[in-house]
Amino acid sequence: MSKNRIPAVESMFTMDFENPQLVGGRSKITGSYYFPKDLSGSDPRGKGSEDREEVFLSTVGTIWSYTTASYPPALPYQIIEPFEPFVISAVELEKENIVICGQMMPGIEVRDIDVGTKVKLALDVLYEDEENEYIVWKWDLL
Amino acid sequence: MTTNEIAVLGVGMHKWGKFPGKTFVDIGVEAGRNALVDAGIEWDEIQFLSGANTVRNGYPGWVSASTFANALGFQGCQIASSYAACASGATALSIARSQILSGICDVALVIGADQVAKGMFAPVPGDRPNDVDWLRFRLMGLSNPAYFGMFARRRMALYGDTEDDFATVKVKNSEHGSSNPNARYAKVFSIDDVNASPVVADPLRLLEICSTSDGGAALVVSSLDYARKKGIKDPVRIAGISTVSPTYPNAIIDMPYFASDSWHSVGDQHHTFKNQIAQHAYKEAGITSTDLDFAEVYDLSSAYELDWYEHIGLCEKGDARNLLHNGDTRLGGKVPVNPSGGLGAFGEAIPAQAIAQVCELTWQLRGQATGRQVDNPQIGMSINYGMFGHGSSVIARV
Repeated sequence: MSKNRIPAVESMFTMDFENPQLVGGRSKITGSYYFPKDLSGSDPRGKGSEDREEVFLSTVGTIWSYTTASYPPALPYQIIEPFEPFVISAVELEKENIVICGQMMPGIEVRDIDVGTKVKLALDVLYEDEENEYIVWKWDLL
Repeated sequence: MTTNEIAVLGVGMHKWGKFPGKTFVDIGVEAGRNALVDAGIEWDEIQFLSGANTVRNGYPGWVSASTFANALGFQGCQIASSYAACASGATALSIARSQILSGICDVALVIGADQVAKGMFAPVPGDRPNDVDWLRFRLMGLSNPAYFGMFARRRMALYGDTEDDFATVKVKNSEHGSSNPNARYAKVFSIDDVNASPVVADPLRLLEICSTSDGGAALVVSSLDYARKKGIKDPVRIAGISTVSPTYPNAIIDMPYFASDSWHSVGDQHHTFKNQIAQHAYKEAGITSTDLDFAEVYDLSSAYELDWYEHIGLCEKGDARNLLHNGDTRLGGKVPVNPSGGLGAFGEAIPAQAIAQVCELTWQLRGQATGRQVDNPQIGMSINYGMFGHGSSVIARV
Protein backbone atom coordinates (compact mmCIF):
# COMPACT_ATOMS: atom_id res chain seq x y z
CA MET A 1 0.00 0.00 0.00
CA SER A 2 1.38 3.38 -0.90
CA LYS A 3 1.90 5.99 1.76
CA ASN A 4 0.05 9.29 2.10
CA ARG A 5 1.89 12.24 0.63
CA ILE A 6 1.84 15.18 3.00
CA PRO A 7 3.54 18.58 2.58
CA ALA A 8 6.44 18.93 5.04
CA VAL A 9 5.18 22.45 5.74
CA GLU A 10 1.78 24.03 5.12
CA SER A 11 1.04 26.80 2.60
CA MET A 12 4.49 27.24 1.00
CA PHE A 13 3.97 25.19 -2.17
CA THR A 14 1.31 23.38 -4.17
CA MET A 15 1.22 19.58 -4.13
CA ASP A 16 0.92 19.25 -7.92
CA PHE A 17 3.74 16.83 -8.80
CA GLU A 18 3.50 17.65 -12.50
CA ASN A 19 3.74 21.40 -12.15
CA PRO A 20 4.50 22.40 -8.56
CA GLN A 21 4.56 26.07 -7.59
CA LEU A 22 5.91 28.00 -4.63
CA VAL A 23 3.35 30.18 -2.88
CA GLY A 24 4.73 33.61 -2.07
CA GLY A 25 3.39 37.05 -1.33
CA ARG A 26 3.19 40.25 -3.36
CA SER A 27 2.84 43.67 -1.82
CA LYS A 28 -0.22 45.50 -3.10
CA ILE A 29 1.58 48.77 -2.32
CA THR A 30 5.08 48.24 -3.76
CA GLY A 31 4.56 45.25 -6.07
CA SER A 32 7.53 43.50 -4.43
CA TYR A 33 7.60 39.77 -3.71
CA TYR A 34 8.00 37.76 -0.53
CA PHE A 35 8.88 34.15 0.22
CA PRO A 36 7.73 32.67 2.49
CA LYS A 37 4.79 35.04 2.26
CA ASP A 38 4.87 36.17 5.89
CA LEU A 39 8.33 35.10 7.09
CA SER A 40 10.81 37.38 5.34
CA GLY A 41 12.23 40.89 5.53
CA SER A 42 9.62 43.64 5.57
CA ASP A 43 9.45 46.82 3.50
CA PRO A 44 8.70 49.86 5.68
CA ARG A 45 6.59 51.23 2.82
CA GLY A 46 4.24 48.25 3.17
CA LYS A 47 2.05 47.61 6.20
CA GLY A 48 3.93 44.68 7.70
CA SER A 49 2.48 41.59 6.07
CA GLU A 50 -1.05 43.05 5.90
CA ASP A 51 -0.65 44.38 2.38
CA ARG A 52 0.54 41.08 0.89
CA GLU A 53 -1.57 38.99 -1.42
CA GLU A 54 -0.82 35.35 -2.12
CA VAL A 55 0.81 34.67 -5.51
CA PHE A 56 2.41 31.72 -7.28
CA LEU A 57 6.09 32.31 -8.00
CA SER A 58 7.99 31.49 -11.22
CA THR A 59 8.83 27.81 -11.50
CA VAL A 60 12.04 28.27 -13.50
CA GLY A 61 15.16 30.19 -12.45
CA THR A 62 18.94 30.30 -12.61
CA ILE A 63 21.39 29.10 -9.97
CA TRP A 64 22.71 32.08 -7.98
CA SER A 65 25.06 29.84 -6.03
CA TYR A 66 25.29 26.31 -4.67
CA THR A 67 27.04 24.11 -2.14
CA THR A 68 26.91 20.66 -0.59
CA ALA A 69 25.79 19.25 2.73
CA SER A 70 28.62 16.75 2.93
CA TYR A 71 27.85 15.94 6.57
CA PRO A 72 24.44 15.27 8.13
CA PRO A 73 22.66 18.50 9.12
CA ALA A 74 21.47 18.92 12.70
CA LEU A 75 17.91 18.35 13.93
CA PRO A 76 15.18 19.20 13.09
CA TYR A 77 16.44 17.90 9.70
CA GLN A 78 15.19 14.32 9.41
CA ILE A 79 17.90 12.06 8.07
CA ILE A 80 17.04 9.10 5.90
CA GLU A 81 19.66 6.49 6.81
CA PRO A 82 22.20 5.94 5.42
CA PHE A 83 22.91 9.65 5.01
CA GLU A 84 23.62 10.64 1.43
CA PRO A 85 25.33 14.01 0.92
CA PHE A 86 23.20 16.40 -1.15
CA VAL A 87 23.52 19.62 -3.10
CA ILE A 88 21.76 22.85 -2.11
CA SER A 89 21.17 25.64 -4.60
CA ALA A 90 20.05 29.23 -4.20
CA VAL A 91 18.01 30.00 -7.30
CA GLU A 92 17.28 33.45 -8.70
CA LEU A 93 13.81 34.06 -10.12
CA GLU A 94 14.06 36.71 -12.80
CA LYS A 95 10.57 38.16 -12.62
CA GLU A 96 10.39 38.32 -8.84
CA ASN A 97 14.02 39.42 -8.24
CA ILE A 98 14.34 36.97 -5.40
CA VAL A 99 16.68 34.09 -4.54
CA ILE A 100 15.18 30.93 -3.03
CA CYS A 101 17.09 27.94 -1.66
CA GLY A 102 16.28 24.29 -2.00
CA GLN A 103 17.96 20.94 -2.24
CA MET A 104 18.77 19.73 -5.73
CA MET A 105 16.97 16.54 -6.75
CA PRO A 106 18.83 13.36 -5.72
CA GLY A 107 21.54 12.26 -8.14
CA ILE A 108 22.50 15.78 -9.19
CA GLU A 109 26.09 16.54 -8.25
CA VAL A 110 28.18 19.68 -8.04
CA ARG A 111 29.86 18.88 -11.36
CA ASP A 112 26.43 18.93 -13.09
CA ILE A 113 25.72 22.57 -12.25
CA ASP A 114 27.23 26.04 -12.22
CA VAL A 115 26.28 29.58 -11.28
CA GLY A 116 23.83 30.50 -14.05
CA THR A 117 22.53 26.98 -14.73
CA LYS A 118 18.78 26.99 -15.47
CA VAL A 119 16.67 24.87 -13.12
CA LYS A 120 12.99 24.18 -12.49
CA LEU A 121 10.93 23.50 -9.42
CA ALA A 122 10.17 19.89 -8.47
CA LEU A 123 8.69 17.97 -5.54
CA ASP A 124 10.36 15.11 -3.73
CA VAL A 125 10.22 13.13 -0.51
CA LEU A 126 12.05 14.88 2.33
CA TYR A 127 11.55 12.10 4.90
CA GLU A 128 8.99 9.47 5.75
CA ASP A 129 7.46 7.52 8.60
CA GLU A 130 5.28 4.40 8.74
CA GLU A 131 2.25 6.06 7.18
CA ASN A 132 3.35 9.20 5.40
CA GLU A 133 5.83 10.62 2.96
CA TYR A 134 6.63 14.23 3.78
CA ILE A 135 7.07 16.27 0.60
CA VAL A 136 9.15 19.38 -0.04
CA TRP A 137 10.18 21.45 -3.06
CA LYS A 138 13.58 20.85 -4.64
CA TRP A 139 15.31 22.16 -7.75
CA ASP A 140 15.81 19.99 -10.82
CA LEU A 141 17.79 20.38 -14.04
CA LEU A 142 15.71 21.85 -16.84
CA MET B 1 32.83 64.37 19.02
CA THR B 2 34.93 63.52 22.08
CA THR B 3 31.82 63.64 24.28
CA ASN B 4 30.59 60.48 22.54
CA GLU B 5 33.68 58.55 23.52
CA ILE B 6 34.25 56.25 26.46
CA ALA B 7 37.48 54.78 27.78
CA VAL B 8 38.51 51.12 27.83
CA LEU B 9 40.19 50.71 31.21
CA GLY B 10 40.63 46.97 31.19
CA VAL B 11 40.25 43.91 28.99
CA GLY B 12 40.34 40.24 29.86
CA MET B 13 39.59 36.85 28.39
CA HIS B 14 39.30 33.24 29.32
CA LYS B 15 41.20 31.08 26.85
CA TRP B 16 39.00 29.65 24.07
CA GLY B 17 38.68 25.93 23.46
CA LYS B 18 36.73 23.04 24.95
CA PHE B 19 36.39 23.03 28.72
CA PRO B 20 33.84 20.34 29.56
CA GLY B 21 34.52 20.61 33.29
CA LYS B 22 33.60 24.29 33.40
CA THR B 23 30.35 26.24 33.11
CA PHE B 24 29.85 29.43 31.12
CA VAL B 25 29.70 31.18 34.50
CA ASP B 26 33.21 30.00 35.47
CA ILE B 27 34.48 31.12 32.08
CA GLY B 28 32.78 34.54 32.21
CA VAL B 29 33.89 35.21 35.78
CA GLU B 30 37.52 34.45 34.93
CA ALA B 31 37.34 36.83 31.95
CA GLY B 32 35.67 39.48 34.12
CA ARG B 33 38.26 39.19 36.88
CA ASN B 34 41.06 39.44 34.32
CA ALA B 35 39.52 42.66 32.96
CA LEU B 36 39.21 44.10 36.49
CA VAL B 37 42.85 43.28 37.25
CA ASP B 38 43.91 44.80 33.92
CA ALA B 39 41.98 47.96 34.79
CA GLY B 40 43.22 48.11 38.37
CA ILE B 41 39.60 48.39 39.52
CA GLU B 42 37.91 46.43 42.30
CA TRP B 43 34.63 44.63 41.58
CA ASP B 44 32.80 46.69 44.21
CA GLU B 45 33.71 49.88 42.34
CA ILE B 46 31.74 48.70 39.29
CA GLN B 47 28.45 50.60 39.01
CA PHE B 48 26.92 48.77 36.08
CA LEU B 49 27.28 45.21 34.75
CA SER B 50 26.21 44.46 31.18
CA GLY B 51 25.87 40.76 30.37
CA ALA B 52 25.74 39.20 26.89
CA ASN B 53 23.42 36.20 27.10
CA THR B 54 23.88 32.61 26.02
CA VAL B 55 20.79 30.67 24.90
CA ARG B 56 22.46 27.28 25.24
CA ASN B 57 22.90 27.13 29.02
CA GLY B 58 19.38 27.32 30.42
CA TYR B 59 17.85 30.11 32.48
CA PRO B 60 21.10 31.43 34.02
CA GLY B 61 22.28 32.16 30.48
CA TRP B 62 19.18 34.24 29.67
CA VAL B 63 19.80 36.46 32.71
CA SER B 64 23.56 36.55 32.34
CA ALA B 65 24.10 39.87 34.13
CA SER B 66 22.55 38.70 37.38
CA THR B 67 24.27 35.33 36.97
CA PHE B 68 27.70 36.98 36.63
CA ALA B 69 26.91 39.57 39.35
CA ASN B 70 25.99 36.76 41.73
CA ALA B 71 29.09 34.75 40.87
CA LEU B 72 31.29 37.81 41.49
CA GLY B 73 29.28 38.57 44.67
CA PHE B 74 26.06 40.61 44.73
CA GLN B 75 27.16 44.16 45.49
CA GLY B 76 24.01 45.94 44.31
CA CYS B 77 25.15 47.53 41.04
CA GLN B 78 22.69 48.10 38.22
CA ILE B 79 22.65 45.40 35.56
CA ALA B 80 21.26 44.52 32.12
CA SER B 81 21.22 41.24 30.18
CA SER B 82 20.95 41.24 26.42
CA TYR B 83 20.82 38.81 23.53
CA ALA B 84 21.42 39.66 19.88
CA ALA B 85 22.92 36.40 18.56
CA CYS B 86 26.53 37.05 17.45
CA ALA B 87 25.99 40.78 18.05
CA SER B 88 25.22 40.24 21.76
CA GLY B 89 28.60 41.53 22.90
CA ALA B 90 28.34 44.76 20.92
CA THR B 91 24.80 45.26 22.19
CA ALA B 92 25.95 44.75 25.80
CA LEU B 93 28.78 47.25 25.23
CA SER B 94 26.44 49.81 23.67
CA ILE B 95 24.12 49.60 26.69
CA ALA B 96 27.09 50.22 29.01
CA ARG B 97 28.12 53.17 26.84
CA SER B 98 24.63 54.68 27.07
CA GLN B 99 24.74 54.43 30.86
CA ILE B 100 28.13 56.13 30.94
CA LEU B 101 27.42 58.88 28.39
CA SER B 102 24.11 59.73 30.06
CA GLY B 103 25.94 60.18 33.35
CA ILE B 104 24.01 57.42 35.11
CA CYS B 105 27.22 55.56 35.86
CA ASP B 106 30.96 56.21 35.61
CA VAL B 107 32.37 52.72 35.22
CA ALA B 108 30.92 49.46 33.89
CA LEU B 109 31.88 45.84 33.37
CA VAL B 110 30.80 43.99 30.19
CA ILE B 111 30.97 40.18 30.12
CA GLY B 112 30.10 37.49 27.58
CA ALA B 113 30.85 33.78 27.86
CA ASP B 114 29.64 30.50 26.42
CA GLN B 115 29.93 26.77 26.90
CA VAL B 116 28.46 24.73 24.05
CA ALA B 117 27.96 21.17 22.85
CA LYS B 118 30.36 19.82 20.25
CA GLY B 119 29.53 20.06 16.55
CA MET B 120 27.57 22.41 14.28
CA PHE B 121 25.12 24.87 15.79
CA ALA B 122 21.54 23.63 15.70
CA PRO B 123 18.31 25.53 16.34
CA VAL B 124 16.85 25.63 19.84
CA PRO B 125 14.77 22.41 20.21
CA GLY B 126 11.01 22.32 19.69
CA ASP B 127 8.52 22.29 16.82
CA ARG B 128 8.33 25.79 15.34
CA PRO B 129 7.06 25.98 11.74
CA ASN B 130 6.81 29.80 11.99
CA ASP B 131 10.53 30.22 12.76
CA VAL B 132 12.75 30.43 9.66
CA ASP B 133 15.72 29.24 11.72
CA TRP B 134 13.84 26.02 12.44
CA LEU B 135 12.41 25.75 8.92
CA ARG B 136 15.75 26.08 7.11
CA PHE B 137 17.04 22.98 8.90
CA ARG B 138 13.78 21.07 8.65
CA LEU B 139 12.97 21.72 4.99
CA MET B 140 16.41 21.53 3.38
CA GLY B 141 19.16 20.90 5.95
CA LEU B 142 20.49 24.42 5.41
CA SER B 143 23.12 24.61 8.17
CA ASN B 144 25.42 27.59 8.71
CA PRO B 145 28.34 26.17 6.65
CA ALA B 146 26.01 25.85 3.65
CA TYR B 147 25.69 29.65 3.51
CA PHE B 148 29.48 29.99 3.69
CA GLY B 149 29.82 27.49 0.85
CA MET B 150 27.33 29.39 -1.31
CA PHE B 151 29.07 32.72 -0.65
CA ALA B 152 32.38 31.10 -1.61
CA ARG B 153 31.03 29.56 -4.85
CA ARG B 154 29.51 32.92 -5.75
CA ARG B 155 32.93 34.60 -5.37
CA MET B 156 34.51 31.95 -7.60
CA ALA B 157 31.89 32.49 -10.30
CA LEU B 158 31.85 36.29 -10.17
CA TYR B 159 35.42 37.24 -9.34
CA GLY B 160 37.49 34.21 -10.28
CA ASP B 161 38.50 33.45 -6.69
CA THR B 162 40.03 30.01 -6.25
CA GLU B 163 40.02 27.38 -3.54
CA ASP B 164 43.68 28.21 -2.92
CA ASP B 165 42.73 31.85 -2.31
CA PHE B 166 40.39 30.72 0.44
CA ALA B 167 43.00 28.37 1.89
CA THR B 168 45.45 31.29 1.93
CA VAL B 169 43.14 33.17 4.30
CA LYS B 170 43.18 30.21 6.68
CA VAL B 171 46.96 29.98 6.47
CA LYS B 172 47.31 33.71 7.22
CA ASN B 173 44.99 33.62 10.21
CA SER B 174 46.63 30.50 11.62
CA GLU B 175 49.97 32.33 11.49
CA HIS B 176 48.44 35.36 13.22
CA GLY B 177 46.77 33.25 15.91
CA SER B 178 49.74 30.99 16.60
CA SER B 179 51.23 33.33 19.19
CA ASN B 180 47.94 34.43 20.74
CA PRO B 181 47.72 32.88 24.22
CA ASN B 182 43.90 33.10 24.25
CA ALA B 183 43.37 31.40 20.87
CA ARG B 184 42.14 27.81 20.73
CA TYR B 185 44.42 26.69 17.90
CA ALA B 186 48.15 27.41 17.88
CA LYS B 187 48.98 25.28 14.85
CA VAL B 188 50.20 27.02 11.70
CA PHE B 189 48.53 25.39 8.70
CA SER B 190 49.76 25.19 5.10
CA ILE B 191 47.63 25.29 1.97
CA ASP B 192 48.27 21.55 1.61
CA ASP B 193 46.95 20.95 5.14
CA VAL B 194 43.78 22.86 4.28
CA ASN B 195 43.29 21.02 1.00
CA ALA B 196 43.80 17.67 2.72
CA SER B 197 40.90 18.28 5.11
CA PRO B 198 37.48 16.96 4.07
CA VAL B 199 34.92 19.06 2.19
CA VAL B 200 32.12 20.18 4.50
CA ALA B 201 30.21 22.64 2.30
CA ASP B 202 31.63 22.68 -1.20
CA PRO B 203 34.08 24.30 -1.92
CA LEU B 204 34.95 24.81 1.75
CA ARG B 205 36.85 22.31 3.84
CA LEU B 206 36.81 21.48 7.52
CA LEU B 207 39.83 23.68 8.30
CA GLU B 208 38.15 26.66 6.61
CA ILE B 209 34.97 26.68 8.67
CA CYS B 210 35.15 28.08 12.16
CA SER B 211 34.43 25.68 14.98
CA THR B 212 32.18 26.18 18.00
CA SER B 213 34.15 27.00 21.13
CA ASP B 214 33.82 27.64 24.82
CA GLY B 215 35.29 31.01 25.70
CA GLY B 216 34.80 34.30 27.45
CA ALA B 217 35.74 37.96 27.15
CA ALA B 218 35.21 41.06 29.27
CA LEU B 219 35.78 44.82 29.25
CA VAL B 220 35.93 47.51 31.93
CA VAL B 221 34.75 50.76 30.36
CA SER B 222 34.30 54.22 31.87
CA SER B 223 33.77 57.89 31.20
CA LEU B 224 36.87 59.79 30.07
CA ASP B 225 36.60 61.82 33.32
CA TYR B 226 36.66 58.71 35.45
CA ALA B 227 39.74 57.46 33.59
CA ARG B 228 41.49 60.78 34.24
CA LYS B 229 40.58 60.68 37.94
CA LYS B 230 42.05 57.19 38.10
CA GLY B 231 45.24 58.64 36.64
CA ILE B 232 45.02 56.59 33.45
CA LYS B 233 46.76 58.60 30.74
CA ASP B 234 45.63 58.21 27.12
CA PRO B 235 43.37 55.19 27.46
CA VAL B 236 42.09 53.38 24.39
CA ARG B 237 38.77 55.01 23.53
CA ILE B 238 35.63 53.60 21.93
CA ALA B 239 34.85 56.11 19.18
CA GLY B 240 31.93 54.38 17.49
CA ILE B 241 29.55 51.47 17.98
CA SER B 242 27.15 50.22 15.33
CA THR B 243 24.10 48.22 16.41
CA VAL B 244 22.03 49.08 13.33
CA SER B 245 19.23 46.96 11.91
CA PRO B 246 18.97 46.39 8.14
CA THR B 247 17.34 48.69 5.64
CA TYR B 248 15.03 46.73 3.35
CA PRO B 249 15.70 44.74 1.25
CA ASN B 250 18.45 42.31 2.20
CA ALA B 251 18.93 41.28 -1.42
CA ILE B 252 21.79 38.90 -0.65
CA ILE B 253 20.51 35.80 1.07
CA ASP B 254 21.74 35.31 4.61
CA MET B 255 21.30 33.25 7.75
CA PRO B 256 18.76 32.18 8.88
CA TYR B 257 16.59 32.90 5.83
CA PHE B 258 16.20 30.40 2.97
CA ALA B 259 15.17 33.17 0.56
CA SER B 260 16.57 36.63 -0.07
CA ASP B 261 14.38 39.68 0.14
CA SER B 262 13.14 40.67 -3.31
CA TRP B 263 14.96 43.64 -4.83
CA HIS B 264 12.01 44.18 -7.19
CA SER B 265 10.91 47.50 -5.68
CA VAL B 266 14.39 49.05 -5.24
CA GLY B 267 16.22 47.57 -8.21
CA ASP B 268 19.51 47.06 -6.37
CA GLN B 269 20.46 43.41 -6.23
CA HIS B 270 23.58 44.22 -4.18
CA HIS B 271 21.67 45.95 -1.39
CA THR B 272 22.83 44.07 1.70
CA PHE B 273 22.83 44.60 5.45
CA LYS B 274 26.49 43.63 5.61
CA ASN B 275 27.44 46.81 3.73
CA GLN B 276 25.46 48.95 6.17
CA ILE B 277 26.91 47.89 9.52
CA ALA B 278 30.34 49.49 9.17
CA GLN B 279 28.93 52.70 7.70
CA HIS B 280 27.23 53.64 10.94
CA ALA B 281 30.35 52.96 12.98
CA TYR B 282 32.42 55.13 10.60
CA LYS B 283 29.86 57.91 10.92
CA GLU B 284 29.90 57.85 14.72
CA ALA B 285 33.69 57.87 14.80
CA GLY B 286 33.96 60.51 12.06
CA ILE B 287 36.33 58.37 9.98
CA THR B 288 36.30 56.36 6.75
CA SER B 289 37.67 52.95 5.86
CA THR B 290 40.93 54.54 4.68
CA ASP B 291 41.65 55.62 8.28
CA LEU B 292 41.75 52.03 9.55
CA ASP B 293 45.11 50.64 10.60
CA PHE B 294 43.72 47.14 11.15
CA ALA B 295 40.43 45.26 11.50
CA GLU B 296 38.98 42.25 13.27
CA VAL B 297 36.30 40.77 11.00
CA TYR B 298 33.77 37.97 11.18
CA ASP B 299 35.63 35.11 9.47
CA LEU B 300 33.05 32.38 9.96
CA SER B 301 34.81 30.84 6.97
CA SER B 302 38.02 31.54 5.09
CA ALA B 303 36.16 32.83 2.02
CA TYR B 304 33.80 34.90 4.15
CA GLU B 305 36.74 37.00 5.39
CA LEU B 306 37.21 38.17 1.78
CA ASP B 307 33.56 39.26 1.63
CA TRP B 308 34.14 41.41 4.70
CA TYR B 309 37.09 43.28 3.10
CA GLU B 310 34.51 44.52 0.61
CA HIS B 311 31.64 45.02 3.05
CA ILE B 312 33.72 47.35 5.26
CA GLY B 313 35.19 49.19 2.29
CA LEU B 314 38.84 48.07 2.34
CA CYS B 315 38.47 47.49 -1.41
CA GLU B 316 35.94 47.39 -4.23
CA LYS B 317 33.79 44.33 -4.82
CA GLY B 318 35.85 41.53 -6.29
CA ASP B 319 39.24 42.97 -5.29
CA ALA B 320 39.61 41.16 -1.96
CA ARG B 321 41.88 38.46 -3.37
CA ASN B 322 44.28 41.14 -4.61
CA LEU B 323 44.48 42.64 -1.12
CA LEU B 324 45.15 39.18 0.24
CA HIS B 325 47.87 38.30 -2.26
CA ASN B 326 49.54 41.72 -1.95
CA GLY B 327 49.97 40.91 1.71
CA ASP B 328 47.96 44.01 2.64
CA THR B 329 45.85 42.14 5.16
CA ARG B 330 48.71 40.16 6.67
CA LEU B 331 50.65 41.37 9.72
CA GLY B 332 53.19 43.84 8.35
CA GLY B 333 50.81 44.80 5.53
CA LYS B 334 48.86 48.00 4.93
CA VAL B 335 45.80 47.03 6.95
CA PRO B 336 46.19 43.71 8.77
CA VAL B 337 42.93 41.81 9.15
CA ASN B 338 42.35 39.49 12.08
CA PRO B 339 45.74 39.93 13.75
CA SER B 340 44.26 37.95 16.66
CA GLY B 341 43.86 34.94 14.36
CA GLY B 342 40.12 35.62 14.07
CA LEU B 343 37.40 33.06 14.51
CA GLY B 344 39.54 30.67 12.48
CA ALA B 345 41.94 30.49 15.42
CA PHE B 346 39.35 30.97 18.18
CA GLY B 347 36.11 29.36 17.03
CA GLU B 348 32.76 30.91 17.85
CA ALA B 349 31.62 31.59 21.40
CA ILE B 350 28.56 33.61 20.48
CA PRO B 351 28.06 36.04 23.38
CA ALA B 352 31.80 36.54 23.79
CA GLN B 353 33.04 37.09 20.26
CA ALA B 354 32.16 40.75 19.72
CA ILE B 355 33.71 41.51 23.14
CA ALA B 356 36.79 39.44 22.33
CA GLN B 357 37.25 41.54 19.19
CA VAL B 358 37.33 44.70 21.33
CA CYS B 359 39.88 43.06 23.63
CA GLU B 360 42.11 42.58 20.59
CA LEU B 361 41.54 46.16 19.39
CA THR B 362 42.65 47.32 22.83
CA TRP B 363 45.75 45.16 23.06
CA GLN B 364 46.79 46.23 19.58
CA LEU B 365 46.22 49.94 20.26
CA ARG B 366 48.17 49.69 23.53
CA GLY B 367 51.03 47.91 21.78
CA GLN B 368 50.59 44.83 23.97
CA ALA B 369 49.81 42.24 21.27
CA THR B 370 53.03 40.30 21.72
CA GLY B 371 53.95 38.20 18.69
CA ARG B 372 51.12 39.59 16.56
CA GLN B 373 51.51 43.35 17.01
CA VAL B 374 50.34 45.66 14.22
CA ASP B 375 52.90 48.39 13.56
CA ASN B 376 51.94 51.45 15.69
CA PRO B 377 48.18 51.43 15.06
CA GLN B 378 45.99 54.43 15.88
CA ILE B 379 42.53 53.21 14.79
CA GLY B 380 41.04 49.73 14.61
CA MET B 381 37.63 48.33 13.77
CA SER B 382 35.76 45.17 14.68
CA ILE B 383 32.74 43.86 12.82
CA ASN B 384 30.29 41.00 12.94
CA TYR B 385 26.53 40.67 13.01
CA GLY B 386 23.76 38.75 14.68
CA MET B 387 21.46 36.71 12.48
CA PHE B 388 17.93 38.03 11.89
CA GLY B 389 19.41 41.57 11.67
CA HIS B 390 21.59 42.80 14.54
CA GLY B 391 24.55 44.92 13.46
CA SER B 392 27.79 44.77 15.45
CA SER B 393 30.80 46.99 14.87
CA VAL B 394 33.14 48.90 17.15
CA ILE B 395 35.79 51.49 16.33
CA ALA B 396 38.53 52.03 18.89
CA ARG B 397 41.36 54.54 18.78
CA VAL B 398 44.19 56.03 20.79
